[in-house]
Parts: sequence; structure tokens; C-alpha cells
Amino acid sequence: MNIGILSGKGGTGKTFLSTNLAHILGANYVDCDVEEPNGFIFLNPTGIKTFEVKVDYPVIDKSKCTMCGECVKVCQFNALAKVKNNILLFEKLCHACGACEVICKFNALSYKKRTMGVIEEGKHNNAICKRGVLNIGEPMAVSVIDQLLENLNDGVNIIDCAPGTSRNVVNSLDYVDAAILVTEPTEFGFHDLKLAAKLIRTFNKPLAVVINKYVEGEEKIHQYCTDENIPILGVIPYKREVAKIYSKGEMISDIDEYRDIFMNIANEVKAVFVWS
Amino acid sequence: MELVVLSGKGGTGKTTIATAIAELTKNVVKVDCDVDAPNLYLFYKGSNIKKEYFYGRKKAVINQSLCIKCRKCEEVCRNGAIKSGEINLYKCEGCGTCTLVCPSNAIKLKDKKSADIFITKTDKGIISRAEMDIGSNGSGKLITSLRKNAKRYSDENTLTIIDGSPGIGCPVISSVTNSDISLIVTEPTRSGMEDFKRVAILCKSLGVFMLVCINKFDINEEISKEIKIYCNEHQMKVVGKIPYDDTVMKSINELKSIIYYENSVANTAIREMWKNIKNEISN
Amino acid sequence: MKIAISATGKNNSSLIDMRFGRCEYFQIHDVESGEIKIIKNEGQMASGGAGIAAAQQVIDAGADVVITGNLGPNAYRVLKSAEIKAFKVTNIPVEAGIRAYKECQLTEISTPGKAHQGML
Repeated sequence: MNIGILSGKGGTGKTFLSTNLAHILGANYVDCDVEEPNGFIFLNPTGIKTFEVKVDYPVIDKSKCTMCGECVKVCQFNALAKVKNNILLFEKLCHACGACEVICKFNALSYKKRTMGVIEEGKHNNAICKRGVLNIGEPMAVSVIDQLLENLNDGVNIIDCAPGTSRNVVNSLDYVDAAILVTEPTEFGFHDLKLAAKLIRTFNKPLAVVINKYVEGEEKIHQYCTDENIPILGVIPYKREVAKIYSKGEMISDIDEYRDIFMNIANEVKAVFVWS
Repeated sequence: MELVVLSGKGGTGKTTIATAIAELTKNVVKVDCDVDAPNLYLFYKGSNIKKEYFYGRKKAVINQSLCIKCRKCEEVCRNGAIKSGEINLYKCEGCGTCTLVCPSNAIKLKDKKSADIFITKTDKGIISRAEMDIGSNGSGKLITSLRKNAKRYSDENTLTIIDGSPGIGCPVISSVTNSDISLIVTEPTRSGMEDFKRVAILCKSLGVFMLVCINKFDINEEISKEIKIYCNEHQMKVVGKIPYDDTVMKSINELKSIIYYENSVANTAIREMWKNIKNEISN
Repeated sequence: MKIAISATGKNNSSLIDMRFGRCEYFQIHDVESGEIKIIKNEGQMASGGAGIAAAQQVIDAGADVVITGNLGPNAYRVLKSAEIKAFKVTNIPVEAGIRAYKECQLTEISTPGKAHQGML
């Protein structure tokens, strides 16, 4: 079972929830926030193995190339330019779509691989921890996320997604069986919760909410969830000491009081999503 | 002058600080480049004086009456965007490879609206912002449009404040390139520090002048010190250390900038930071 | 010899566009024949690689020299490979820019400027 943890707004507590939930459930953890992955700080997996994430880029066989320039014209991303007797390639712009290979009548185009990120895998207790790390300066994270999610292990996978509602998140949603939206009781949190919920609804996956940094008397989010029929799995109360423990990169669920809170959420996860 | 507020990690306080600086400045234009989760405009009452459709990448469209269901398009699509003759608009990148192989010319690339972009006039100046269509991508082209639109409302004395998005990908790269100053807002947590380093490396490679703000610094003073040391070693100046302050949460929920809360310690520290930033600008 | 100049408009009196990749127009001035060709810059509409698209247009128009305000690293690489020299100018009218070039008053752009300089 693959459970995606999303948020819309950054900083609401996706990694906080994901790592603690994975720890409590003994589930595998997958960090898909490949631009800024943080989960390993808390789970501290050991025995790390590293795999390069490679994408295609076109290579031109000069002996066959007639400099017709059709590949340049067909590229929607301006990754190729025709200059004197050369076809120049701009690899960071290349989407590896294959259009240039298809259009070439002279069989002059083939593909090689280049590295734009890595996947790291290790163990936390008996569970598998994986994360993707995008190389700094690479504009597109999607290939790293796809490779990470195409090779999920059996059992329960807690998938820590990127913030926002863009392609990075959309691609992750294809692989999840259910989604948990982490929000915070602020105007920003509520505003972005609605955007994220709207997105997840288009994927027709069961959805639930966890309210982090919870303050007594919160009503807006509760009302919204009731109106939208979204179960609230639990709330994590706001306390400055939590922020301090988190800041040190420690697992909050190692403290009894919080262990109970996360155990309750974990039980609710099982109840709500199994029913779905 | 363009000042971009960045963070790497989400939730460090970009929007809070961007808004505060905007409120402390007379001649200001605001650009909300956090297009996935745009929050800046929530602080302001205003009306949209301009609304435009924004067209991002083209998308493939299949004319079903011409389609002979040979599925060649599906075989050739490297994004897995075509299944059973239907195009998944979320996955389609508009590369056009499918259009090249279709034997009956049934597929074309068409412009597709991916966002609405607005110029919103408020009592505190103009906001250039976007509302993304669900599942669309906040591309560099969109960010560029927002910055370009804002430019029309600014003169040589205007301070343009750009509220950036988290991460280090294309939208961040587009928000920060060719700006005058990037103010990186970080927090003293292990996660915050790791993300801060990555976004700092990115900014350095783009040749952007960087200033640093340590927000909620007293949550963990050891890590705050580590951040300061890292900054010293990498020729970055820490212009502000903002203490953790419950009033900030209150200010967000009252949708009023923190600078209007007189007794707030964060308010005092932010004002002090702004003085430091202005000093840096004039040097 | 053909000079490509990034311009905000279609006339000799139009101001030079300081951007290259996302300028409005390229004016291609044939020095010998006096002929002027106006090209609407496709780089403006590009999601990415605007500098590359713009440079490709300039090459395809047969330009030998480029006059502009700034060249980003991608555009610079394309023009350099094409052995087209680029010269830096401020936002003066097109005819003044061409005159300045002919009188050897312009500095050659020998290293690329910052990326996306011309977005604004």
C-alpha cells in the first residue's frame, strides 16, 4: 500500500508526519521532495547505496548528418541549434522526448545517457528508506521522481511528496493508493489545503487530512473537511518543544506523549484507508 | 531594484518577511512567484485591474474522427501521456513526437491555457500574481511573465519584491536570475540548513548577490550559530536574526503584516533587518 | 555584410532592445544594399531556450554581426559557434547603434552575461 503525504503549502509538516508515521508503522519511507529532501535527517538510514539517475540526450553521427536542420525545427524546447557544420545541443533544456530521433531521415541521431541526480537507499530498523536528490542547477525534477516511484518495494510505502501542486506532485499521485494532506491552522495553510485537495480529487484517490501545529479552537479546517467529506486522521498540537526537537533532526515519536499521538494517527490511517 | 525572497525549504517565513518589507517601503511592487501556493495577495484587499490567460506548454490533441487507433502515438510517447487513444493532459509535455508518427494526421499541438495572470491593485500597491490551473506547471515562462508585468508598473525608484517558491528547480531559477538581491530566509533546523545550502549554491552559480535572514533563530541557537559560521565562510552576510514570536501566527490569521503589531519582537527585528538590507543596497 | 540588431520596434528610430533572447524584433541591416529585413523574435514566446531560438533566427537570416545589450550563456554559445561577433550597446536608437558600430565605437561581447538578463 502506497500512501502519499502532500501539503500544497510548504513547511506544514509533510516530512515531520511522513518520517514519524513510517517509524511507528515500520513502513518503508520514500522521499520524493528531490529538490530539497530532508527525511534522511530524521530516519538516519544505514548501509546507503547510491544509484545515478540518468536521462537521455541526443547525439549526432556526423558521418550521417546532412545538416538538414529538421531536428532543430522539430524540437519544442529549443534544445538544438544549427550552426555552420554542427548541431549544438543544450542538454539541460532537452526533455528526452525523442522527437529529433523520429524526424531524422538519415538515422543520424541516437541517444546517450547523462546523470542529473541520484537515488539513495538504506535501512532504518527493518524498513527501507529511499530518496531522490536532484543535482543543483538541473531545472527538471520529474525524471528523478519517476525513477524513485517506479521501483517501490512491497509492503507499506510512505511517500513524502514535494510541496505545491505542480508536475512534481502530480507524478507522485499516480503511484499512491491514498493521500494524506498535512495542513496547519493558518489562513495560508487553509488556502493551500483547498488547492491541494482539488488536485487530489481529480485523481479519484481516497484522501484524508492531518492538522499539524494544531491550536485549540480551530474551526475553518474542521468545517471544510466536514463539508467536503474528508476524514481528519488526527491533530498534532503546536508546542515550541516540538519545534526544538524537530530542529535537531530528532524523531518526535520517540517521546511517549507524541508516540501516542502518532500511534493514533497510524491506527486511523489503517481504518480509513482500508475501508476506502 | 529587484529583491527576491527565497528559502529552499518551505515554511521558513518567506511570505511573512516579503510582506513586511513591502509594507515598510513606499514605492513598491510585489510579485508572487510562488505560483503553486500563492499567498501574498491574501494580505491585501484589492481588485484585479488586469487579467490575462497564460499559455504554457502546448498540449497534444487527438481528433478522434481521424484517429485509426493504430496506437503508434502511445508507443512513441516517452511520458506515458497517451493511453487508449486518450491524452493525459497532466503528463503531456507538448513535445510533439506523437504528431510526427501519426499516419492519419490526427494529432496536433495546441495552445493550452495553464494559468490566469493578474495585476491586482491594492491600497498598498500593485501585486503581479498568477492562479494556476489545477495540475499545471509553474514554468520559467510564467514566472518571467509575472516579473515582466510588474515591470510595467515600476519606475527607477520602485522596489520590486518577489516572493519566491520553495525548492531549487526551474521556477526558482527563473525567479532569481538577474535580480539584484536575493534574501534567503532560513530557519535553525537541520532540514532548514541543508536546504539553505542547496539554494545558496544555486544562487551563487547564477551570480546573484545574497543576503541571509535567520528566522525563528532562538528555536535552536546552536544551529543558528552554525548557519552564521557557514555564511561567514562563504562570504554571505546575515542581515537579520528574527526571534520566534507567536504574534506572527496571529498576524497571518488576522491577515495583517507583522509590522503593524507594535509589541512584537519579530516586528522589531524585521525593521532592524530592513535597515541593514538598505545599508547593503547603498554600498 | 548583414548586421542583426535587437530592437523594440521596426524603424531606424526605434530604440535598441537591451535583451537578446526575448527582444521584440530583430532588424537585419544589409550594409551594402541598404536593405532592411524585420523579423519578429520567436524567442519571446519560448517557454525555455529563448536565447537559442533567437540566435538561430539571426543565423538563419544570414547575419554576420549582432548588436545587442546583453547575451546570456546559451545565446553566446550559439553565436560563438557560428563565428558571429556580438557588440554591446546601450538603449539608443537603432540608427545610432549602427553608426557607432561602423565607427568602431562598440565593445565586443567576449564573455557571456548573466542568464535571463533580458527577461525584464
